[in-house]
Amino acid sequence: MQREGSAFSGLGVVMLKELSDHLTSIRMRVLEWLVVLIALAALYGAIQQIKDTTAEDPFLFLRLFTTSRDPLPSFVSFLSFLVPLMAIGLGFDAVNGEHNRRTLSRILSQPIYRDALLFGKFLAGLVTLAISLIALWLLVVGLGLLLIGIPPGAEEIARSFVFLLVTIVYAGVWLALALLFSVVFRSAATAALITLGLWLLVTFIWPVLSGALAQIFIPPDPRYTALGLQTPATAQLEQILARFSPSTLYAEIVVALLDPTTRALGPIYLSQLQGAVLGAPLPFGESVLIAWPQMVGMIATAIVLFVIGYVIFQRQEVRA
Amino acid sequence: MIADAVIEAHGLTKTYGSAVAVDHISFSVGRGEIFGLLGPNGAGKTTTILMMLGLTEISEGDVRVLGFNPAREPLSVKRRVGYLPDTVGFYDNLTAADNLRYTARLIGFRAMEREKRIAAALDRVGLAEFADKRVDTFSRGMRQRLGLAEIVMKGAQIAILDEPTSGLDPHATAELLGIIRGFKTEGVSVLLSSHLLERVQSVCDRVALFHAGRIALMGSVPDLGRQVLGGGYVVDIEADGVGLPERLALIPGVSGVEKTGIGKLRLHADRDVRPEAAAEVVAMQGRLKYLGVQEPSLEAIYTRYFEAKPEQGAQERTRHAA
Repeated sequence: MQREGSAFSGLGVVMLKELSDHLTSIRMRVLEWLVVLIALAALYGAIQQIKDTTAEDPFLFLRLFTTSRDPLPSFVSFLSFLVPLMAIGLGFDAVNGEHNRRTLSRILSQPIYRDALLFGKFLAGLVTLAISLIALWLLVVGLGLLLIGIPPGAEEIARSFVFLLVTIVYAGVWLALALLFSVVFRSAATAALITLGLWLLVTFIWPVLSGALAQIFIPPDPRYTALGLQTPATAQLEQILARFSPSTLYAEIVVALLDPTTRALGPIYLSQLQGAVLGAPLPFGESVLIAWPQMVGMIATAIVLFVIGYVIFQRQEVRA
Repeated sequence: MIADAVIEAHGLTKTYGSAVAVDHISFSVGRGEIFGLLGPNGAGKTTTILMMLGLTEISEGDVRVLGFNPAREPLSVKRRVGYLPDTVGFYDNLTAADNLRYTARLIGFRAMEREKRIAAALDRVGLAEFADKRVDTFSRGMRQRLGLAEIVMKGAQIAILDEPTSGLDPHATAELLGIIRGFKTEGVSVLLSSHLLERVQSVCDRVALFHAGRIALMGSVPDLGRQVLGGGYVVDIEADGVGLPERLALIPGVSGVEKTGIGKLRLHADRDVRPEAAAEVVAMQGRLKYLGVQEPSLEAIYTRYFEAKPEQGAQERTRHAA
């Protein structure tokens, strides 16, 4: 049966309202400063390191993102755990907050569908994150120009721009997850804790756990072990398991994009390397191609998480 | 049923698993009528309201709101019906006017009309001077009035109010009931739910008394009084005098005299026998301390009805709990 009217009427209104709430909230202000200060620190470390060590590098500009100097991690590693934190911070009380303020039934008694409310909230969160990330990206590129004094080439700009887009998608994954838990749990604190717990699990514990699990399912072959090599089947399973984590996917994409010499994102056989000039950079299109499955996977994860939250929200009782 | 009905429900039912929240209820609300859904908490009033707004699925039965089916045409229903939820909430970080602006945008009013409607609505509920104050400074009564302002702004043909007076002090309650009476004079139908029988008795044209998911009684308060408390009048007298009960029993129209305490008597009669009873006491040289006729009260009707049918009540409770 066809529903009456458009599911998106009111979407723009909800989005603009949520966006203005986000941009004026103290929570966002804190996150922004955190990101900017940490970016500056990482950038400073990277530039010092580059000045000290690099003689000649065709992709000097990309090194800005990936070079680290002890004790600070690189800009990319900072982003990979700050972005989820920001997304979770924006999304964890999206729906249960309306419940607890008792505004949900009042808003839903206006002539809009629930679709508009949930999708509007997701879009507003994503736009907020995108604004911060674009600002951050421009900041890094601008400071890099000033401090290194070498203009980036077109390919470097293209690579770092795709990196920016991927980071926004990565933020979308965590935003969708936070939104899902904000639908499932009535208490905002519970939702925040569980989302953060899950983030810790998939980012820090899962990579270790997937190795252990792979060895349980496919015990390493002693012949490989004797040679100090990984058993190919075990390594493959480990990678398959690890890729269930969006953090792994993001890390793999970043490596492919920002390090043009990356030729594959998994174990490869020596036979596959025949004729390859090791250490030679791949063209931009080829690098994107290498990371394409991971990108699609990440977009799919965001969509699936959002859809689960959407279905649960549609069936939920609105009464407080 | 009513000819000019804005809400018509037939056999409306809501079940959660095997628990029945609302059990085959039928009622109708006429244009410009104030209809009360009354009953204890958990009797199914809010669930009934949510079904009328299309905010929860209908398990069985049918409801029409202004001729629309809320399950199939929720937007048409929600465009024409204003809803004030139980303990309504607003965005505390926004001003009263901004809260209404957000709702007005969701409804789709244009900028000019929006501002005009908001100003008029806030004025109507007496919040005009608080338009630019943040809602977190508002008292509970002011929030309820802001909720009514939203309904006014929407230009709703039906106002559905869930427990509008709960938690309000007598003054705020009186103000709120005044605004609700104002809706009626403008031809807006009002459907209000409450567990506070006495407070809403005065505004409701007709009421439906809910009990365990069913409508136990429906009609105007005087009608229900006659139906449940029995026809006739109950006159209470407090007076001294030897042999007074016997003398009072002889008054034409008095069907019974009951002793309710020391010097307290209760007369059951088919008419108001206060003048005759007073004359009798005075004729006996007795001292008349109190003389009053009982108005049928919802409280009395409710209590009497469920006292009279304890078995039915018990059965319904069992089913409700099952």
